[in-house]
Formats: sequence, structure tokens, C-alpha cells
Amino acid sequence: MEFQITWFILWGVLWAVYFMLDGFDFGVGILHSFIGKNDAEKRVIINTIGPVWNGNEVWLITAGGATFAAFPTTYALMFSYLYTPLLIILFALIFRGVAFEFRGKVDSDGWRKGWDIAIFLGSFLPALFFGVAFGNIFQGIPMDANGYHGTLFTLLNPYGLLTGILFVLLFIVHGALWLTVKTNGDMGKRASSVADKAWYALLVAAVLFLAHTAFATNLYKNYLDNPVWFVVPVIAVLALMGIKLFEAKGAYLKAFYSSCLTILSVTFTGVIGLYPNLIPSSLDKNYSLTIFNSSSSPYTLKIMTVVAVLFVPVVIAYQIWVYRVFRSKLTVDEMLKDTESY
Amino acid sequence: MDVLTLSRLQFAVTAAFHFIFVPLTLGLSILVAYMESRYVRTNDEMYLKMAKFWGKLFLINFALGIVTGITMEFQLGMNWAEYSKYVGDIFGAPLAIEATVAFFLESTFIGLWIFGWNKVSKKVHALSIWLVAIATNLSALWILLANGWMQEPVGYVLRNNRAEMVDFMALVTNPYGWLKFSHTLISGYVLAAFFVMGVSAYHLLKKNRTDFFKRSFRIAAVFGLVTSILLLVSGTFHAERVAMTQPTKFAAMEAVWDTQKGVAYNLLVIPDVDNERNTVEAVGIPKFLSLLAFHDADAEIRGLKEFPKEERPPVASTFYSFRVMAVLGFLFVLLSLIGTIVSRKDELENRSRFLKLMLFAIPLPYIAGQLGWLVSELGRQPWIVYGVLKTSDAVSKSITPPQVWTSLIGFTLFYGMLGIIDIYLLAKYSKKGPDDDLSAIIKSSREV
Repeated sequence: MEFQITWFILWGVLWAVYFMLDGFDFGVGILHSFIGKNDAEKRVIINTIGPVWNGNEVWLITAGGATFAAFPTTYALMFSYLYTPLLIILFALIFRGVAFEFRGKVDSDGWRKGWDIAIFLGSFLPALFFGVAFGNIFQGIPMDANGYHGTLFTLLNPYGLLTGILFVLLFIVHGALWLTVKTNGDMGKRASSVADKAWYALLVAAVLFLAHTAFATNLYKNYLDNPVWFVVPVIAVLALMGIKLFEAKGAYLKAFYSSCLTILSVTFTGVIGLYPNLIPSSLDKNYSLTIFNSSSSPYTLKIMTVVAVLFVPVVIAYQIWVYRVFRSKLTVDEMLKDTESY
Repeated sequence: MDVLTLSRLQFAVTAAFHFIFVPLTLGLSILVAYMESRYVRTNDEMYLKMAKFWGKLFLINFALGIVTGITMEFQLGMNWAEYSKYVGDIFGAPLAIEATVAFFLESTFIGLWIFGWNKVSKKVHALSIWLVAIATNLSALWILLANGWMQEPVGYVLRNNRAEMVDFMALVTNPYGWLKFSHTLISGYVLAAFFVMGVSAYHLLKKNRTDFFKRSFRIAAVFGLVTSILLLVSGTFHAERVAMTQPTKFAAMEAVWDTQKGVAYNLLVIPDVDNERNTVEAVGIPKFLSLLAFHDADAEIRGLKEFPKEERPPVASTFYSFRVMAVLGFLFVLLSLIGTIVSRKDELENRSRFLKLMLFAIPLPYIAGQLGWLVSELGRQPWIVYGVLKTSDAVSKSITPPQVWTSLIGFTLFYGMLGIIDIYLLAKYSKKGPDDDLSAIIKSSREV
């Protein structure tokens, strides 16, 4: 019983940290052709995430692995029911990963342009479809004893799409703030201006999302039953406001941290509302996948808890260290000197 | 075709493609780490150039190995939902552990290694590629313990309509898993050695940067000799385990139809599956197969006829895959032995026929590795978990043939394109040879 709750929390943490970290990679990938005005600038933009994007993506693989190990029935049904959207995310992520590595390897404008498109699609599509997937998880998926009743287009409903747009905007603001912090000169200014403007769109999307959530989902039930949890969405709203506040002061590093907190608390707002479901059924509550009816045995959960307690802090420690090694701004001159960069 | 056939085909395509890149990653990471350590120890810039040249090829290859790995994880849920539900309690754990202890380490420190030449000290930089090498090897351990469990399921009970883990240590110490791990890992080392020898041979044939490539060749030849001998040893132990635990696979590997004692080993065999016999059995060594499999010349080997037809694996493909792989294994020892001797005598440049041979030998360990997986996975059929769960009961119920057709065609085209680009880039940067301008790196790494 307790282990299932532990793993539910860990499951939420893995997704939240994944969105916080790969979120700015997605934002950077979406924006790089718009903020970078020439090839050198585009390369700088890609190289700001060069040292870290790979390690960020592993949070997704671990989230998937943890779902498999802790909630195998949810893993099995979620992945087979959401076959097509997951396939799109998968292709997009593969495309993005090789694009970073291949883009600079042949000296031709057409070659680079092709991979620029790959980087854009490889960042935009996962951002959108992760949002669509989570929006649909929040409102429940049409499933019962006979399996899943729907197609890809069932998932592209208004609430799913709204969540998708919310994710895209969250990551655009997040990525633009990252670029503001990591670059300087005109490029830094262009990035900060995108962050400033995109924030208003994000605010609109967030308000619509919170309102639509009341109609489309049961997420608020847990909050009304236990109002103390409202602290999490309140933090999300404050953090979102904090981004603008720090932007106005020109404190973009703080604005970036605020955006990290926004993403973490938005994810947890959804996760708390879901409890004890992992995927609710929109047809019949009895077929909802909960942390109790889809979990592994207590023995497996215990083993996995030991592994997580031992290794996750180590992972966090060395990832923070690597972020610190690469903490300085990246300039065009420095990037051109580095023969190993992307 | 039905969802089962399509999903099996898709798994085969994506796994085989993934395994084009994985073995080179396993072996080359160690060679590059060794080269960079030599540089840190000796300050000889030749070693730095080696680490950078082979390191660049490593990275081009590494990128595809990483991204195609995600497919493998996703696919278990997408196409094999019944499998994931049934065995997730025990099979999910090694996958999650692999991500936590190995993927993070690998992916975080590869970033430091690529971008950190001017950011950290020489020693820390060399340490980062060692951590990558250790992490890739560690990830192989966990995924092969998972595969080992599918071959020889241990540490579980059937309860609540599924296989539940009751003994984690049994999973971690599963002999099948460890044998599989060592054999696969070593095959990656052999493959990397032949890759480095082959690319070096290309440049030596062109009399290009002779000193650099002679040294690279020599390191790889010694590495190749040691590892290809170990490959035969681990293969022998592995086959013994198969004989002990997977009688149908072993019988198919050796095309043994009738249960007998003191079975001979025939060098030449042509199986005739329809008539359940071998058309040709020649050049036999009496009792040798029994001796090899069970350390007992009179041991009994169970033949295929003892098992109902629907419980036998596809005999011909299992048999031929195993035979060709084994022959290649012996060839690797021979070639790397010649390579070691010739490079020790410092006669490489004069042996253009041998160098040409080594250039064309690059694909051979790749072929052997793919055949090995065919033996392993086809030979286990019709089971997905040997003796516990049939492959036909493991496929997702909610997916449709059009869905899987789409993804299968998508993967084939997409992977095909990526594979062509990757091989093109590998060839391009292999031919280009090492970069001499190390000024940026050396200057700043002294400052750090």
C-alpha cells in the first residue's frame, strides 16, 4: 500500500523533472531557426543544450522504465492504447537526436536546412503530443473491458489540444529564458523578447486550461475533498507570475528558475488531481487504471524503492555538477573555436 | 499478415537495426578511453589525436545506438502489452534499473566528454569517457539479464495471473544472463577491434598517416586477439547452458533429430526439415557433441522429434545462423592473430593483401552478431519466455494490422534513411583521417 503511493509520487517526480529539463530543449529546438539569424548563431543556440539534452532525455526513458516496473498493467495498456501518438513522439525524438549530431557533419546549406527542420519538428511534435497525451489522461480515456474505443483523432479533442498548446507555450517560454541566460548580444535580446511576449500567450492558455479542467475532468475533486492540496496550483500560478516579475526586472536567471518551478508545479497539479488513478476510464470508473489495481507486487516495489533511493540522488548530484561545468554563457567566438561542438 | 506476425517482424527490424550500432559503442568506448588515458599518462599527442579521431567515429555511431534504444523500450508496451502485463513485475525491474544506473551516467558524461575539452582538466576529461564506457557496458548487463530471464526464467512464481518476482538475487545472478552478457559484450569488443583494424588498413593501403594508423592497428590487433579468444570461450560456456536449459534450441542449433547418447559432432550437416532428418552428415568426430555440451562423451542429447512440432523453433534458420556464426568466430581469432604478429614485426605496410582482407572483414563481426541474435531469439520460439509464455499470447490485443503496417513501414523507411546517412558519415570521417590541429584543446587543457 505505502509503496504504491511512494511510486505514484516518484512517477510524478520523474515526469515533472523530465518536462522541466527536456522542456527547455524543446523550446530551444522550436525557436532555434527563429532566434538564430545565421548559421553561427543557430549553432550557438544548439550548442547551449549540446552538453545536457541527452542526459535530460533519460528522465523520459526512466519515467517509462519506472512505469513498466512499478505499474506494468498501466504501462502495457497506456502504450498499446496510445500507439499512434507515441509512435509520432518516438519518431520525433529520434529525428531530433540524430539532427543535433548530424547537422554540422556535412558542409552544405541544404543539408543544414534539412536538419534544422528536423530539429524543429523533433521538438515541436513531442511538446505538443506529450501535452495531448497528458490532457487525455487527465480527462480519462475511453476504455473498458473490451479495450480502447478510439483513434488518434479521439485524442485530438478540445481539451487534449488545449493541454498540448499549454505545453508548447510553457516550453517556448522556458526555452527562450534558457537562451536569454545562455547567450548574449543581439541574440540574447531576441530571446528575451520572445520570452516576454510568449508569456502573455502562456497566461491566456493557462487560464483557459484551469477553467476547462473544471468542466472536462475530475481533477478538482481531490482538491475539494482536501483543500490543503490547493497549495500546489497556487504555487504554479505564483511561479507563472514570478516569471513576468523577474523578466520586468531583467533578472532572467531567476525568471528561468521560476519557469522551472512553474513546470514542476503544473505537472504536480495534474498528478495530485489524478490520484489514485494513473489513467482514468472515461466510460466506466471500474476500468480506470489505478496505482492499486495496476501495480507490481510489494516485493518488486520494495526492490525498486531501494534502487531509486540509492541511485536517484547520485544522478541528481552529477547532473547538477555537469550543469555547473557548463554554466557560463556561450558566445559565437568561443563556439567557433571549439572544434568538437555540434 | 496478422498483428502477431507484423509485430514480430517490426521487433526484429528495430532490434537488428539497434544492434548494428550497439556493439561498436561497447567496444570503441573502451578503446577510445584507453587511448585518452595513454595521452594523460604519457603526454604523447599521438594518443590524443587517436582518441579524437576514433572518438569522432564513436560519436557518429553512438547517436543512432542511443535513439534507436528508446524504440525498444516503447515497443514492449506498444506491441507486446500482454507480455508486459504478464511479466512486468519481474521484467520491468532490470529495465528501470538500467535507465537509472546506466543511461543517466552514459548520457550525462557523453555531454561532458564532447563539450568539455576546454572545461575540465585532462584527467577529469579522460575519466568522463571511462564513465561512458563503464555505463554502456553496465547497461548491456541489465538488458541482457532481462533477456537472460526470458531464456531461463528464474526467481518468480505464477500468481495473480502473472509472473511475480520473489527472488531478485536469482534474477541478478542468473547464469544464463551472465553468459549472455559476457558473450554479447565480448562480441562488441571483437567488432570494435575489427572496425579499427579495417579503417586503419584502409589508410595504410593508401600510405596515409602510416605512423598513426600502424599504432591504432596494433592496439586493435592485440585487443582483437584477446577478445576473440575469449569470445570462443564464452560461446562454449553459453552453448553448454543452452544445452542444459533450452533443449529445443540446442537441438535446432545442432540439427539433432533423434534422442541419443554419445552424439558425434559433424562438421558438414545439411538438415532436411520436412523429413525430420539430415541429408548430409559428414566429417564427424565421434561423441564430441555430447562431450562439448555436457562434459561427458556418453551424455544423452534430446532430439527435436521428442518435442511436438508446434514446440520446435524454426530449425533451418537456427541451425545455419549458429553454424555461420561459429565459423566466423574461429576466423576472427585467426585474422587477429595474423594482425598481431604482422604488426609486432612492423611489416603491416608491406602486406597489402592482408590489409585489403582486413578492410573487407569489417562487416564480418556485424554479421556474426546479428546471426547470434537470430539463434538466441528464433531458437527460443515458440516461446517468448522459455517454457512460461508463448509469443502468440504476448502480443497487444488493442492494436490493429493497419496500425502495425504503418509503423513497420515507417520504421523501415525511417531507419533505412538514417542508416544510410550514418554509414555515409562514418565512411566520410573514416576516410578523412585524423585532425592535426589540436591547438585549441591542448592550449586550454594546460590552462585548466
